[in-house]
Amino acid sequence: MTAEGERWVRPTIGERLPPPIEPVGPRAWLRQNLFNGWVSSIVTVVLGSVLIMVGFLIAEWAVTDARWGVVTSNFRLFLIGQYPADEAWRVWLALLIASVLTGVSAASTASRATRTLAAGLAAGQALLGLLAASSDLGPLVGLAIALNAIAVWAVFLGALRFPMSRRVRTIAWIVAVPALFVLLQGIGGPLLRLVPTNLWGGLLLTFLLSVGGIVLSFPFGVLLALGRRSNLPVVRVLSTVYIEIVRGVPLVTILFMAAILLPLLLPGGLRIEHVFRALAGITLFSAAYVAENVRGGLQAIPTGQIEAANAIGLNAIQRNLYIVLPQALRSVIPANVGLFISLLKDTTLVAIAGTGLLELLGIGRAVVAQPAWIGAQIEVYVFISVVFFFLCYAMSQASYRLEEEMGVGKR
Amino acid sequence: MSRAALVSLALGALIMGACTTAPPPEESPGPSGELLAAIKARGQLICGVNGGLPGFSFLQEGTGAWSGFDVDYCKAVAAALFGDANAVDYRQVGTDDRGPALQTREVDVLIRNTTWTLTRDAQWGLFAPTTYYDGQGIMVRAEVGADSIEDLGGATICVQSGTTTELNLADAMAAAGHEGNYTTSVFPEVDPTYDTYESGACDVVTSDRSQLVSRRTAMADPSAHVLLEDVLSKEPLGPVVPFGDEQWFNVVKWTVFATIEAEELGITQANVAEMQNSDNVLVQRLLGTDPDELQGTRLGLDNDWVVDVITAVGNYGEIFERNVGPNTPLGLDRGLNNLWTEGGLIYAPPYR
Amino acid sequence: MTVAAPAQRATSVPPWRDLRVLRIVAQLVALGLVLLAAYVLWTTLAQNMAAARLSVGFEFLRARAGFDIAQSVIPYSPSDSYGHAFLAGLINTLMVGFVGIVLATILGIFVGVARLSSNWLLNRIASGYVEIMRNTPLLVQLIFIYVVLLQLPTVSNSIALPGSIFLNQRGLFMPRPVADTGYWAWLALILLGVVLAIAGSLFSRSRRERGQPMYRLGRLTLLAMLGLPIVGYVFLQPLTFDMPVQERFNFVGGVVLSPPFVALLLGLIIYTAAFIGEVVRGGIQAVRRGQLEAAYAIGLSPAQTLRLIVFPQALRIIVPPLTSQYLNLAKNSSLAIAVGFPDLFSVTRTMANQTGAPVSVIVLVMSTYLAISLFTSLLMNIYNRRVQVLER
Repeated sequence: MTAEGERWVRPTIGERLPPPIEPVGPRAWLRQNLFNGWVSSIVTVVLGSVLIMVGFLIAEWAVTDARWGVVTSNFRLFLIGQYPADEAWRVWLALLIASVLTGVSAASTASRATRTLAAGLAAGQALLGLLAASSDLGPLVGLAIALNAIAVWAVFLGALRFPMSRRVRTIAWIVAVPALFVLLQGIGGPLLRLVPTNLWGGLLLTFLLSVGGIVLSFPFGVLLALGRRSNLPVVRVLSTVYIEIVRGVPLVTILFMAAILLPLLLPGGLRIEHVFRALAGITLFSAAYVAENVRGGLQAIPTGQIEAANAIGLNAIQRNLYIVLPQALRSVIPANVGLFISLLKDTTLVAIAGTGLLELLGIGRAVVAQPAWIGAQIEVYVFISVVFFFLCYAMSQASYRLEEEMGVGKR
Repeated sequence: MSRAALVSLALGALIMGACTTAPPPEESPGPSGELLAAIKARGQLICGVNGGLPGFSFLQEGTGAWSGFDVDYCKAVAAALFGDANAVDYRQVGTDDRGPALQTREVDVLIRNTTWTLTRDAQWGLFAPTTYYDGQGIMVRAEVGADSIEDLGGATICVQSGTTTELNLADAMAAAGHEGNYTTSVFPEVDPTYDTYESGACDVVTSDRSQLVSRRTAMADPSAHVLLEDVLSKEPLGPVVPFGDEQWFNVVKWTVFATIEAEELGITQANVAEMQNSDNVLVQRLLGTDPDELQGTRLGLDNDWVVDVITAVGNYGEIFERNVGPNTPLGLDRGLNNLWTEGGLIYAPPYR
Repeated sequence: MTVAAPAQRATSVPPWRDLRVLRIVAQLVALGLVLLAAYVLWTTLAQNMAAARLSVGFEFLRARAGFDIAQSVIPYSPSDSYGHAFLAGLINTLMVGFVGIVLATILGIFVGVARLSSNWLLNRIASGYVEIMRNTPLLVQLIFIYVVLLQLPTVSNSIALPGSIFLNQRGLFMPRPVADTGYWAWLALILLGVVLAIAGSLFSRSRRERGQPMYRLGRLTLLAMLGLPIVGYVFLQPLTFDMPVQERFNFVGGVVLSPPFVALLLGLIIYTAAFIGEVVRGGIQAVRRGQLEAAYAIGLSPAQTLRLIVFPQALRIIVPPLTSQYLNLAKNSSLAIAVGFPDLFSVTRTMANQTGAPVSVIVLVMSTYLAISLFTSLLMNIYNRRVQVLER
């Protein structure tokens, strides 16, 4: 017992122990990570055996019982839906143009994330070509798609060596987008026969809806975010009401509303194809979510920036355009990539919202209904899941890289 | 981001936005005649069909070939308009989407085994003459040994949503004393309904008898399923056109009547060419070989439009025999669908 | 010499440059544009709807529905009105949402803690599970589970489990408890047990916070809460069971969990639990290491640390993203139409096509979902405020 205020000092020096041996090597790792006590060991044993059993069952099923023919003999349907087979070359050409442009744009920033993106694009196309070669599309188409992969990589490296100016790139994209659309839809005549959009389906439609959705909703989302933070009460209220309503309802109801209401909202006999109704619904929906993301970025901008902008005499539009938005948008890129990933997954909802469109999941359900392939449902849904997993996982990995890069550069 | 990039982004978005209504705006079909004019200007008929009913409207997945009773009538109307039976854009319409498809003018005509009821007459569109008089039936597995609806207490019944079948089922089960003593499995599409029934998750499937027969041919073991004798309701099936254009309605209506009249007069796909030289006044009038009779032009078509129709698909009897007749896998008898001269209900007003 | 300073008169800004005027004008213009657009759309809508013989208004709610709903919590028959059908669908959605939220939270907490486990296998499995769930669409998962459930044997070959439980492709048939004579007494006994348990835990908590010995009172009352009902059940015989009996087509009697319901619930829970797990993990990881070290230093076990120190602090970070996951689950329940479960959206799709008033139906269903979302976020915000205020 010490008296008040006294410090207790150890009377003798204890014996010196040797330094603790840090266990290394595989046995030590096993002991630390897998068998660290009774509970851990039991968990390891139970989980391990379950995992091995399930793994064996799945592998056995996949190799022997599964009828993968349902995928290979309907590969064209999965990729482009009911797009006429003899016009399919237009889709492959559009794919080539789009991936070349992406490769060029990816080279522009030369960051690790875009390198990942370009590599992923090339790898994905090579894989696609390989699958296509052994499917009903035939080896020729498979080869063409695989050559896409080489083209993407070559263009990427070339653009690194000979960079194109930003002006050229933006003009290229602005020209390419309507051009691709015209290429796919056609304008009549023997070379580019008209292919109505209700025949577009499969992965083509999935990409169209998700990419189109995010591109179209982006300007609206930014405007909504700015509106929500505006100090004009009317604008703020309108933006808030829109955002909260759209975020409070499920996407299926918006798609259903678009499918039924949009034709009724157009004057006279203006007909609007199902694809555009779905696209409108998706755009309306994702605009609200983009707005919330961008609003987070806007809130993170230090007030000092805005004060400085006002001090040097910029008006509101200039301030937003030159100072606020560039910073805000850059900081929310990872969140927006996450939004794009969920949008990609949400395109599957088009199959059940009464739009009559058959994107990847819709085609899957139609294929399963074919009399020849009744009972092959699990194979089809596994295939669809794998495709989505591949796409989403690749994008989320690229997003992680991007976050890391931007985090390193940020103050 | 540079200013140019932002401006170009905005421009690009505007262009894409313009593209969302890029499909050329058609003429606004307001008063009579304008939907017909719009279809003629388009050069192609948009026909709403089923696609999953062998014998009635079936899409062969790989080849993209359409066949069936309803499909033949789509071809007939296209032949009447353009002389070309292949000028048809087939749109598959689900059972739940039939009303909106007509109300929003998404299809020009809906030939999709649709039952004519008062409510639909008031809400969906104008019903053309019935092409197939049917009734609601019940299909069960033969091994169950049920003879009629009386034996079906406690069963699980597969049915499609948005159909008269769904509405009639409740009434029929109540009348048979099974009120509340059954469960339904409702599906918005044709295929899952029958797949679920075949897998055993439903004991019974109910629909129009012709549809049950049609789908039975596509099952793994057709002989294991039996149609009960009960006919639960009247199901007159026929084409439907949207509201707002009586002239278009007349074209579709008289296409159906023309095929019926052709069978009555003995005009077939094979002999229509030589029948054009016939002395029979009725034949002359129907085929438009009489220069004084201008029935065709009164409809807004060429005077010999019936020749195009019969050449393309034949008369009513041929359409029936080819798709659902006794020599097809469906093996349906004419029954009520015979000409009135043979004791059936198929009757066409005079073509004059 | 004085220099006369030039008289500074207040110069008025002309109206077209006056910021206050511009603000008002801009708002008026914006409002005017929106109203104009709404007016134009409304007239076009009215015109087109008249041409298509569609109606507005809600009179259809009293009309006879005519269609059947496969399963509903409230009693429903095809002779009931559309309004009743809508209510049945709504209650189905609410039930799925509520049960889903509770179970997904429990599973999500497990997943989150597993992700932080020191057992490498558990850690990796949880990570793999989360990655798979996050990168595949929910709809595909739902349909997949439904298809797997349909592979169960037919009614005649049902799997018979002990306790008169039968499993087949039409569902899981279980005995249904029916109230018997001693039912109310037994309920009273359970209530007594719960009250005792709450009192005991409050009492022991107050003693713990004052540093006084607790005499394991909390555990005793917990035991009482569990023991009383069991004892009461044995002596009072409060329940009989309605057993499922196989008849010609189906099992009659008992309660059934149908494949659509199970597929929807399972799919929603498994999917949302992955996201909740990530939220929980983020919350736990955000608690400062110093707290953990201090807790170990005063001798708390890892389990006690988790319960008493980490979770309360992690909750503050967890609750807002948890709210949005709950809202997502409620909204995702609208995918029930893909597996044939008659939830609100499924019922309204049928209604929209049969009533001839699709616009009213759509407005109705969207307002209902909006109300559900707002109500849920309101509840969660109240809880959030409670959790936040506890600090300092």
